[in-house]
Parts: sequence; structure tokens; C-alpha cells
Amino acid sequence: MGFFIETMLGGLMTGMLYSLVALGFVLIFKASGVFNFAQGAMVLVAALAMARFSEWSNAALGGDSLFLANVIGIIGAGIVMFAVAWTVERFVLRKLVNQEGATLLMVTLGIAYVLEGLGQTFFGSEIYSINVGMPKDPVIMFEGLIEGGVMINKEDFIAALLAAVLVGGLTVFFQKTSVGRALRAVADDHQAAQSVGIPLNKTWVIVWCVAGLVALVAGIIWGSKMGVQFSLVTVALRALPVVILGGLTSVPGAIVGGLIIGVGEKLSEVYLGPYVGGGIEIWFAYVMALIVLLFRPQGLFGEKIINRV
Amino acid sequence: MKFRSLALAAAIASVGLSSAVFTPAAHAQAAEQYFPILVYRTGAYAANGNPWANGYVDYLKLVNAKGGINGVKVSFEECETGYATDRGVECYERLKGKGATVFQPLSTGITFALTEKAPVDKIPLITAGYGRSESQDGSVFTWNFPLLGTYWVAADVAIQHIGKAYGGVDNLKGKKIALVYHDSPFGKEPIPLLQERAKMHGFDLQLLPVAHPGVEQKATWLQIRRDRPDHVLLWGWGVMNSTSLKEAQATGYPRDKMLGVWWAGAEPDVKDVGAGAKGYSALTLQHGAEPNSKVVKDILAMVHDKGQGTGPKDEVGSVLYMRGLISAMLGVEGVAAAQERYGKGKVMTGEQVRWGLENLNLDQDKLDGMGFAGVMRPVQTSCTDHMGASWVRVHTWDGNKWEFSSDWYQADDKVLRPMVLDAASKYAAEKNIQRRTAEQCAQ
Repeated sequence: MGFFIETMLGGLMTGMLYSLVALGFVLIFKASGVFNFAQGAMVLVAALAMARFSEWSNAALGGDSLFLANVIGIIGAGIVMFAVAWTVERFVLRKLVNQEGATLLMVTLGIAYVLEGLGQTFFGSEIYSINVGMPKDPVIMFEGLIEGGVMINKEDFIAALLAAVLVGGLTVFFQKTSVGRALRAVADDHQAAQSVGIPLNKTWVIVWCVAGLVALVAGIIWGSKMGVQFSLVTVALRALPVVILGGLTSVPGAIVGGLIIGVGEKLSEVYLGPYVGGGIEIWFAYVMALIVLLFRPQGLFGEKIINRV
Repeated sequence: MKFRSLALAAAIASVGLSSAVFTPAAHAQAAEQYFPILVYRTGAYAANGNPWANGYVDYLKLVNAKGGINGVKVSFEECETGYATDRGVECYERLKGKGATVFQPLSTGITFALTEKAPVDKIPLITAGYGRSESQDGSVFTWNFPLLGTYWVAADVAIQHIGKAYGGVDNLKGKKIALVYHDSPFGKEPIPLLQERAKMHGFDLQLLPVAHPGVEQKATWLQIRRDRPDHVLLWGWGVMNSTSLKEAQATGYPRDKMLGVWWAGAEPDVKDVGAGAKGYSALTLQHGAEPNSKVVKDILAMVHDKGQGTGPKDEVGSVLYMRGLISAMLGVEGVAAAQERYGKGKVMTGEQVRWGLENLNLDQDKLDGMGFAGVMRPVQTSCTDHMGASWVRVHTWDGNKWEFSSDWYQADDKVLRPMVLDAASKYAAEKNIQRRTAEQCAQ
């Protein structure tokens, strides 16, 4: 029983982190109708910038203040992500207003390659550390209730809490603020939004900045967990089945989708894996998403697709 | 206008003249021994691929700084594979026509793909510490050279080392050993030998694959927490290794019960984990981190101090840097051995280099003279043994650096040899290859 609970909790905590990355996809899609394949590259660049600025400032400060070095790292990474957002809007999206979705999708693929290359050129391709003081050792709980207790990974628990706070904040931002509503209006129809006075260019910069912020938080959390290196871009691939399952236009969908995928893949690997040779959790997540698509093409929480003929 | 036309004509004429005049120079360039280098400086495995590539290139620069291979200068060219088999094959196809006489794929997957191409193109493959384990049998795998060791050697020594803690491998009966492996040809390679050893000694072998690149291992380590194996063998590469160590810490699995293959025992694997990896041990392909070796001092003096260093200076002498350096040395010594037979000071062909690699004899005096004292033990290949040595040591991470923690081991030939012969014979039957006879070997 204890092991089952541990697997469930592990899945839920991992799922919360998937939700965080999936949120980056959802934000940009909601605000600009673009499926942003560069989200993984943004996570990498944000984490690399944070790790390197923190490392450089720590060396400059003589290794005296990790806190100050981290603050400088976060500010530096924030500036980098703003620069990315501004550059993408100024030199890419502005030229592509009202273009087909497939065109914009391909453009984000190009942006991903550019960001991956430039990120590693400027910040290096070694493994770097982000040390924000996350506890690494596990804690055993409920030993009196369950034999052997339930092991909780403190780092995962704190990371999941941070992710939950950010997801909650962004949900409020989208639903309750005028800027959030403007972003949604732009997503629905570029021309209609412009006709009621919503500045398209400014809105796109804002949404890419918000996606950059999400990438930075995801980068800090994932980078702290597994080191800052190129494989962070693959974290975005883990979030793809989440957005398929939850729906591309739904913030709650990203959360619930993340939790379902997280728990589903861990349970499948542990209980189903041994019968089919193991190593199934990655493709099993896609199978789950595929099954949902068969019955609900818009995902669990996505807006229903209506085509007028 | 007329002046511009005249100037243009003069420029074109001078280009034509210069190419005619400098043809001998181009010929001189062709007299260099060309080394194609398959690397991965980008992608998920770049952190491990970079030091290997830097060590490889620095050694070739050192050879040139010392006057070349018996006077023959070395030229080289990198091709980025990203550790992807398709890109590796593409690199091979692109570079083989440029005068390549030896390839080192640095990937078991790429090695599998090139094993059938090499005999056709007559270019030997050096796979030092990776590749197909049965390719040790040179009478079937004429063009493959898994010099210094194969994954079956690594697996065999790993079991010997674990058994030693219990007073011998026979005391492993009833123990549980988990293999956490990269779900790829590289990770699967040790399984047959481990299964054989499990059958021999009665230990329970648990197989736990991890999907590429290995960043998500929570489910794997939850299973380890549930099943509590006595030891974990880590067969990872790149980010998979540090992730495994972090998950071991997060699930409370003791790091001193973990033993990695030689591709899971370098600085990038543990640096980010730091004290969390303390006590973790890994096999070595003879060498560890060797910052005090003579060859490293030579490279610092003759390459880096001249402003010719390939990577950062503080990386020189690290584990994977040494792996790349030694790999380059083996290729160079193959050429040098070939020159002994086919003519010193000449550029060797692929077939001649193959002969050189098959007749490699690096005794201790020679290795010591080349600056490898304390780094390597002798390597001697033959027609039937393309591996040449199976020496292995274990080193342990003390939280800051790798320190040797065992004496020398050798793979048990009584276990290894029948498996190699059996697998090689199956391959020969499948591909309709005639095993080379003693007469053919003598040629």
C-alpha cells in the first residue's frame, strides 16, 4: 500500500512540473494561436542564463553570498527572456500577422533551433548547477500508519508547490485582469482585437514575456533537479501529451492533464512495465493522449471545434 | 571601366596560375595522414562528448608538434553526429572519400550501423571501450577493433568487484543485482554476460531500462526502493548518470552500493551531484583522471601553452579527456605499426592501418616512453584478438574528485571467450562470413 501511495505521489508531483511546462504552450496558444515548439528551448535558455549569471556573479562576489548570486542570476535570466520575447515579436511574428497556423508552427521550430544554438554558444554546453537551496534528501512519513512509511521527496514536493502557485497566479491573470482578457481576445481574432484598440505587437511581447517567465521558473526547478544542460529541451516533449490531453486552450486543462499524465506514466512503468520489458513511460503518456483524442479531439478541457460550412 | 575589366582578367589569371604553381603544395597536403573525427559537441550528450573530442584533437596536435608519425603530419576533420546513428552514418559516408583510413564512431549504435560498411570500404573501426562485444573475435570481425575492453569485459569485472566484497563471486548466491541501463544498443550490450554470470553464481538480475536521454527515472528508482537490490549497476551515458545519482539520493539508496560502467564514471556525471554522489564507484577503462601524467604535461607545454589548445585548459587530464586522448593515441599507433611494415614516413591506406591495428604491440616500456606511465597497461592485439587488453580498475568519487579504489582486474577469459566465439560464429553464419584461417592471419 505504501509503495502504491509513493508511486501516486511521485506521479502527482512530476505531473505538476509537467503542468508548468505545458502552461507555456497553452499561454502562447491562447494569446496568439501559435503552437510554440520553442518552449523547450526557452526553458533551456532561461536555465542556462540563470545558472551562468549566478555562477559568474558568485565568482565576482568571492563566493560569499549565494542568495545575492541567485538574485542576480534570476534578474539576468529575466532580461534575457525579455530580449527573446522582444526579438521574436519584432523580427518574426510582426511579419507574419494573419498567416496560417502551420506557417507559425514552422516558425517556432526555427526559433527553437536558433535559441538552442545561441544559448549554448553564449552560455556553454557543459552541465551547470542551479543551487536555490532545494533539499535533496527524502523524508519518511506515516510510519505509524503504513508499514515502512511513505517516502516523500522534499525537493519534488517544494517544486510541485511552486508550480501550483505559479499556475494559480497565471489562471487569475488570464481570467480576471484586463491584460489577460486582451490576450485572449487577440488569440480569438487578430483583426477583431485590433479593431477594438488592442495593440497586437505589445500583446505579443507581453505573452512571450509571460511564457519566458514560465520557462524561467520551469528552468530553475528542472535545472535544480537534473542540472542545467541540453536535455532540458526534452522536458517540453514530456509536456506535449499533457496539452493534447488537457486541451491547448485551457489553463485548468494543463493542470489536470499534467497530473493525469504524471500519475499514469509512473503507474504504467511500475505495474505494467515489467511485463513488457520496461521503459514504457514516455510512449505510454502519448498512448493515453491518443485515446483521449479519439473521443475528444479538443482534449479534456479544450474549446470544442466548430466548423461552419 | 576598361581598367576594371583588366583588373578582373588579371585576378582570374592569377588564380589559375596560382593553382597550377601550387599543385605540389596540394600534393604535399595529400601526404598527410587524415583522421576523421566523429564527435558530439551539441545535443543531449555534449557535456560528455566535448572533453572526449578535445582530448582526441589535442593528442593529434601533440603528434604534429612532435613532428608527425615518423615525419608524416596528421590532418583531421570533425563531423558532428549528435550521438544519432543516422547522422553518424552520414558523417562516415561524407568523410570516407576524403582519405579516411580509420574511424572511431564513439557510439555503439553507430558502430552497429558501420560494421557492415567497413569491410566494403576497407576502413578499420576502432571502438575503444564500446561497440559490439563479440567483435573482439578478429577472425570474423576483420575490421572492428574494440581495443582495451568491451562491455562484456566491463560486466564481467563489475561482477568480480561486487563478488570480492562478499569474499568471492560464489558468495553472490541469493543476492539481488539491478542493472539500470540506457535503453539502447549500448545499454543492452552487457545483458548476455550478466545473465550468464547470474546463472553461474545464482544471483538475481533485475533489468531496469531507462529511455533516452534518461532525464525521467522516478519510476525506475521507486522500483529500486521497493525491491531493495543489494547492488545497482549503472549503465548510463550523459545526463542519465547524474539523474540516476540524484534519484538514488532522493530515494535514499546508498551510493556506495552503486557501480557504474566506464562511461558512467567521469566528472560530468558527478560534478553537479557533488557530495550527493560521494561513495559512488565506477569502472575505468584502465585510466582515470590523470592530470599528473607525462602525456598531459606534454600537451599543456606543447599545445595549450602555444595557444593551440582545443578546449578549456582546466579540463586537460580529466577522465573523458583522457579517454579521447588514448583513443587518438591508439589510432596513431595503428598507423605507426603499419609504417613499420609498409614503409616509415609514408601515408598508410585503410588496409595497411588495419594490419597495423591487428599487430599492435604497446608494451609497458613503449607506453611509459610515450608518457602513459601509470595511465595504461600493455596492449597487444592479434588476428584472433582485436581487443588487446582487458585491464580494469575501479575509482570512487570522494565528493570532489575521482580516486582509484581497487587493484587491477582482468575479465575472466573462461567466461568471456566461449561467449565471444559463440556470438561471433552466429554473426558469421548469419552474414555468410568465412572465419579467417591461420594462413590468412599470417598474411
